[in-house]
Amino acid sequence: MRRFWILLFTLVVIGGVSRSTLAEESTTAFVGAKIIPIVGDEIERGVLIVKGGKIVEVRATDDRKFADGTEVVDVSGKVLMPGIICTHSHIGGVGGGDGSGPLHPEVRIYDAINVRSSGFRRAVAGGLTTLNIMPGSGHLLSGQTVYVKLREARTIEDMFIMLKDGRIAGGMKMANGTNSQRGKPFPGTRGKSASLVREMFVAAQEYRDKLAKAGDDEKKRPDRDLGKEFLIEVLEGRRVVHHHTHRNDDIITVLRLANEFGFRVVLHHVSEGWMVADEIAEAGAPCSILIIDSPGGKIEARNLIFETGAILEKAGVLTAFHTDDWITDSRVFLRMAALGVRAGMSRQKALEALTMAGAKILELDDRIGSLEPNKDADFVVLDGDPFSVYTKVLQTYVEGEKVFDRSDPEDHLHAVGGFGAGHDQEPYLCCREHEDD
Amino acid sequence: MNRFLAGILVLALAALVSTDATAAEVAVRAKTIYTMEGDPITDGVVVIRDGKIAAVGAAGSVNIPSDAKVYDAEIVTPGLIDTHATVGLTGILNQKQDQDQLEHSEPIQPQLRAIDAYNAHDPLVAWVRQFGVTTVHTGHAPGELVSGQTMIIKTRGNTVNDGLVRETAAVAVTLAKSARKHGDKSPGTRGKMMSMLREALIETQTYMRKRESDDPEKKADRDFKKEVLASVLRKEVPLMVTAHRANDIANAFRLAKEFDFRLILDGAAESHLMIDEIKAAGVPVILHPMMARYYGDLENASMETAAILRDAGILVGMQSGFEGYVPKTRVVLFEAAIAAANGLGLEGALRTITIDAAKILEIDDRVGSIAVGKDGDLAFFDGDPFEYTTHCVGVLIDGQFEPGETYKQID
Ligand SMILES: [Zn+2]
Ligand SMILES: [Zn+2]
Repeated sequence: MRRFWILLFTLVVIGGVSRSTLAEESTTAFVGAKIIPIVGDEIERGVLIVKGGKIVEVRATDDRKFADGTEVVDVSGKVLMPGIICTHSHIGGVGGGDGSGPLHPEVRIYDAINVRSSGFRRAVAGGLTTLNIMPGSGHLLSGQTVYVKLREARTIEDMFIMLKDGRIAGGMKMANGTNSQRGKPFPGTRGKSASLVREMFVAAQEYRDKLAKAGDDEKKRPDRDLGKEFLIEVLEGRRVVHHHTHRNDDIITVLRLANEFGFRVVLHHVSEGWMVADEIAEAGAPCSILIIDSPGGKIEARNLIFETGAILEKAGVLTAFHTDDWITDSRVFLRMAALGVRAGMSRQKALEALTMAGAKILELDDRIGSLEPNKDADFVVLDGDPFSVYTKVLQTYVEGEKVFDRSDPEDHLHAVGGFGAGHDQEPYLCCREHEDD
Repeated sequence: MNRFLAGILVLALAALVSTDATAAEVAVRAKTIYTMEGDPITDGVVVIRDGKIAAVGAAGSVNIPSDAKVYDAEIVTPGLIDTHATVGLTGILNQKQDQDQLEHSEPIQPQLRAIDAYNAHDPLVAWVRQFGVTTVHTGHAPGELVSGQTMIIKTRGNTVNDGLVRETAAVAVTLAKSARKHGDKSPGTRGKMMSMLREALIETQTYMRKRESDDPEKKADRDFKKEVLASVLRKEVPLMVTAHRANDIANAFRLAKEFDFRLILDGAAESHLMIDEIKAAGVPVILHPMMARYYGDLENASMETAAILRDAGILVGMQSGFEGYVPKTRVVLFEAAIAAANGLGLEGALRTITIDAAKILEIDDRVGSIAVGKDGDLAFFDGDPFEYTTHCVGVLIDGQFEPGETYKQID
């Protein structure tokens, strides 16, 4: 990757061209690989054509007729799949809301991300290209989340995904159950947890109504309230709530509150989601789940099972996997979906749970999640089936740019570890001591 | 999935036929048997009599007794050995009263026995067993300077007395950040850790001399803490030292040189930097889990370390290790799988959880390979044991069947 920067720097200095125009000028055809487009059947030997950071064509044949000037990359014997999407990650040494209280809607997680964290290098080594980076689960509301592309970055701005309305893509992180229960000013019980959340949303509704009533009249407007401004986005459905929730009754509580205040919610972890799969399906709430190698470790994960993905699939729930990195390592994220298959999930749904389902959950499915024309050229080159332990991620591309190459010694180091691979802080997870109890 | 169900069905039928739990003879037919005593056997048979392996070989060369319980499997391996775990002590719930792997009242407590803290009914014992693990080296965890003793036990039994292989397998020492204290408590530094250990061992040497004294005036009173360390100095029990950083590993060797005890190196995240020293010391390595979090003391860990150590001729065992949070236990099969994919290969990785694990723990006379006279411990798989989508479909422990992975049926 260092080589890439030197090259880019040279080009910028000499030619004065930006990276994006560079990408626009060239057309690249990846030829001969097995292609798993996610949308549509798997292609035994196909062609993927990329231009200007976008996919322009996916051919189900191996014919080599290309426009003049097309760079041809032979990937025979390899496997191409869309860049992997993680709907719940804590990479970057993040810390959201602090210990001063349980509700922090004004806190932006992107103010707390170190883009030089080696966690990002490990993520691209695992084939990840898009992440939802979130603050921890030690609060009822620990702050805003941010959806990022794993582009080469000097500052977090280089990773942002911009929405059509000019906002930075992201959600709102909430949690219930045991993590946020502790001494004052935090809630001590589940009833108190729900009441604090309801109080917060009621106040946000009132603020929203006051703003509406004031209209253009500056004098009637209430003072700016940073937290409530973002809560209004939540109330209006313009910012999705990503809700950590494990126990069956906690899941139902989330659905109850979502119904009362009309916010859109993604249920995260849902260790006991298999007990209330039909209720989740009926509510139309998508799930973002993870598989941990054994149940327990915290009381709410006592009933965590490998079959959750399979049971949610059968119930018809839109389901994606997440790393929860550092809980699990992004480098072995493919493994999680494979374990889902081990416990009864279909291959197709397990693959979607790494790609298209995540794209839908992050509402970016018009840009990412599958290998289709006009989508971002985010893809992974594998040397075997995505669900084999022996398969390696060889290369990872974001918007047509190679961000990981296993044959590069430095990238290899991050793919497997070793001396000098990392010197990162653990992410700040408020209340972890509490979780240990 | 079909293969998996078929495997379950065969095993279920076989189990139905055999209601006599103490039936003397069991036979296993498999497409491939990894005996770990030479090349794998294609189309092989294992016969177990009275809980011990009575015969193993190619079909046709081994007689299946007519009244034997017969199991069929795709792949058979020796029952898997977790070279270092805390299962049975670290209960499934993270409640303090369910966590018996670390006692924080004093930094040096070699007298703490694992057998007094092991819950044979903790669900995580059955959890690891369903993935083929039949023997665990478990006990007090890394996290105190001398955290206590470890033991070796089979993953089947009603109480700790059932299937106990060795009551005291090692005394666990931590030369890592996790055992260092904050504030005014000791040990707060590396130097202090070493001085406290040396002090304890020197006092033990003095104690041993005084215990031998014929003069009743000079003969030391029994000190059962020092008795445990004396067994280490007499080389009856090894010291298992958890050390990750290269300098901590060097400290372990310096200590072993001074006091001449049997050393097992545990964790050893930076062992890839210490190959020459490890070879010179002639010690085996119980390597950190491959999917352990590469932070703090483990920031230079690598998935390729197992292969690097093996290639240097160092005996390597794989461990599930100790987790303070989630997953409450790792599964050693899954950890070895990552090593298999990163240079060790199938058989090399299998060694780290069978025969080489048994050699490190010095229980290879009983377990670790499929050989006549050894315990009837086998694991059945419906494919390459390390593939993510393979299933462990059952195990035999001393010839007794226990089910493998069972998942809720989803049609
Ligand atoms: Zn969470
Ligand atoms: Zn999380």
